[in-house]
Amino acid sequence: MRRFSWFNATSLTLGFAFLYMPMIILVIYSFNASKLVTVWGGFSTRWYGTLIRNEAFLDAAWVTLQVGVVSSTVATILGTMAAQVMVRAGRFPGRTLFSGMIYAPLVMPEVITGLSLLLLFIGIGLDRGIFTIILAHTTFSMCYVSVVVSSRLVAFDRALEEAALDLGCTHFEAFRLVTLPIIAPAVISGWLLAFTLSLDDLVIASFTAGPSATTLPMKIWSSVRLGVSPEINALSTLMIAVVTIGVVTASLLSKRASIRRQQEEREAFQVTP
Amino acid sequence: MAQPKPQTVFAPWTDPDAKPLIRFRNVTKRFGDFTAIDDLTLDIYEKEFFALLGPSGCGKTTMMRMLAGFESITEGTIELAGQDIAPVPPNKRAVNMMFQSYALFPHLSVWDNIAFGLRREGMEKDRMNTRVEEMLRLTRLERFAKRKPHQISGGQRQRVALARSLAKAPKLLLLDEPLGALDAKLRQDTQFELMDIQEKTGTTFVIVTHDQEEAMTVASRVAVMDEGRLMQVDTPAEIYEQPATTYVADFIGDVNLMKGNADPKEGFVLLDWAPNQPQIKAETSKNFAAGQELHYAIRPEKIAITAEKPAEAPNALQGKVLDIAYLGNISTYHVELPGGQIVKAQTANTRRLANRGFTWEDEVWLSWTATAGVLLES
Repeated sequence: MRRFSWFNATSLTLGFAFLYMPMIILVIYSFNASKLVTVWGGFSTRWYGTLIRNEAFLDAAWVTLQVGVVSSTVATILGTMAAQVMVRAGRFPGRTLFSGMIYAPLVMPEVITGLSLLLLFIGIGLDRGIFTIILAHTTFSMCYVSVVVSSRLVAFDRALEEAALDLGCTHFEAFRLVTLPIIAPAVISGWLLAFTLSLDDLVIASFTAGPSATTLPMKIWSSVRLGVSPEINALSTLMIAVVTIGVVTASLLSKRASIRRQQEEREAFQVTP
Repeated sequence: MAQPKPQTVFAPWTDPDAKPLIRFRNVTKRFGDFTAIDDLTLDIYEKEFFALLGPSGCGKTTMMRMLAGFESITEGTIELAGQDIAPVPPNKRAVNMMFQSYALFPHLSVWDNIAFGLRREGMEKDRMNTRVEEMLRLTRLERFAKRKPHQISGGQRQRVALARSLAKAPKLLLLDEPLGALDAKLRQDTQFELMDIQEKTGTTFVIVTHDQEEAMTVASRVAVMDEGRLMQVDTPAEIYEQPATTYVADFIGDVNLMKGNADPKEGFVLLDWAPNQPQIKAETSKNFAAGQELHYAIRPEKIAITAEKPAEAPNALQGKVLDIAYLGNISTYHVELPGGQIVKAQTANTRRLANRGFTWEDEVWLSWTATAGVLLES
């Protein structure tokens, strides 16, 4: 046991307070009975009630979900393909340029990405709506997926693919039957990352959305400009809850998988050949 | 060291009518400016256990990867059963490979690993089951069929890799340093197991190794390679007893090399190799010019070590014991001659330690017959 020390306790409290105080206040005020956001009027869940009757918010949530699922799925497919090519193709002229170009959107300011996409959509006469948001989100989250997947592919034993070819697979079969199942954890975390990015995004969506489609962050942002309502607090609390549940579930799943693996290894060593 | 198999006279390479399974014809492979394989011609016959032996970077792995289809051929042709294999992709070749890292699929059980190639072939279920069971029996893995690769030991993994590559009954099996990851004891057992399996299945095996003892043990013929060229292709016994070059003599086993000038006589050569030392007498059927520079190679175990000068020895040298390497079954004596040259002599320790004669600084005589060593042109 480490000894209790005032210094450690203070650093811990300050650190956590810095990180979580704003969110705690937000959660507390979401249960405020008063209509005034900064005045405590007793405990109530009425704002959650009005929230689920608010069509505009529900529509926005539905759009956000659709955009998130579709764009992260497409981004995962494209990003994995890009990673596979970058890691496997070996040296070819322009390789550095290519890989640089894949990773560039990672450091590009969102405003610029959004603006350029907007100009492109106007230029080719594409009507802005949910489809353009999906395209935009796919574009910027694809590079994140490709970074995650290529870091896994670099550590991947090339001989496994050669073994699959040697045993009669075509290149595509080797990828589907051997490479993909093995890199699946990286592909899934790439998808989750893309999905989270899409849920969070405000700037790019604002540039590429049309009047027909509004995402949840856009809706919150525009409502807040008219004044913070207790309803927004309730919505934000729900979003925090969803994210928390997601993170906790993911970590529990990975912990259980590692425990199971350890157990299997123990069993394997107990049996003498 | 392995003995040549006495009962079977398996030597298709001596038969001019025998059709080789694999023909390398003037094969060259370049990676950029680097030449990995340099104008190499080689025949390998059916049912052979053929070893490619050489230091790392000698091109042996490249040769194997060209056979498997993972490397293209820069110049020349490789034929498998009479057909040029250059246009055939790896998944269409009747060649399977056992990888150095084993490359077992970690997400599949032992059973599914072995069945993998058969499934790709579209083999029907009953036949596939029978075939996989057969392979499991052959490699003694029945009990581990349900396990994943990370749940079995290194030796078992090695056997799974072997079973998987044999399952499709290839014409040719390539083994890339198959025993490199095993410890010494397991390795010896596995060598004999490999030979046994090779005999049972009648498959042609080509093994790549840098371990000369392994090559000598398992192979019917050994190709010694260096810098993309074949130095010598022969049976293990021939390579050991009749090395073609000083490189081969030095690479395989332990050897004393003496450089000198030839003094040819009728049926033998006298070699002037050091001032103030008697000439070495070596019987030979080859003709050498007078004064030609030659190397004389003699294995340490062919040299006898005695306290007194032997009466009838064609070659006898006197020296002082400088070092003794005691290996249990044998001892190697490093004997220093008056001129400073060091000659290694080996004796089997047939008696226990207390009864043996020589120790450091002892004056001893080294002697050997006229047929014990070989003369090599420089």
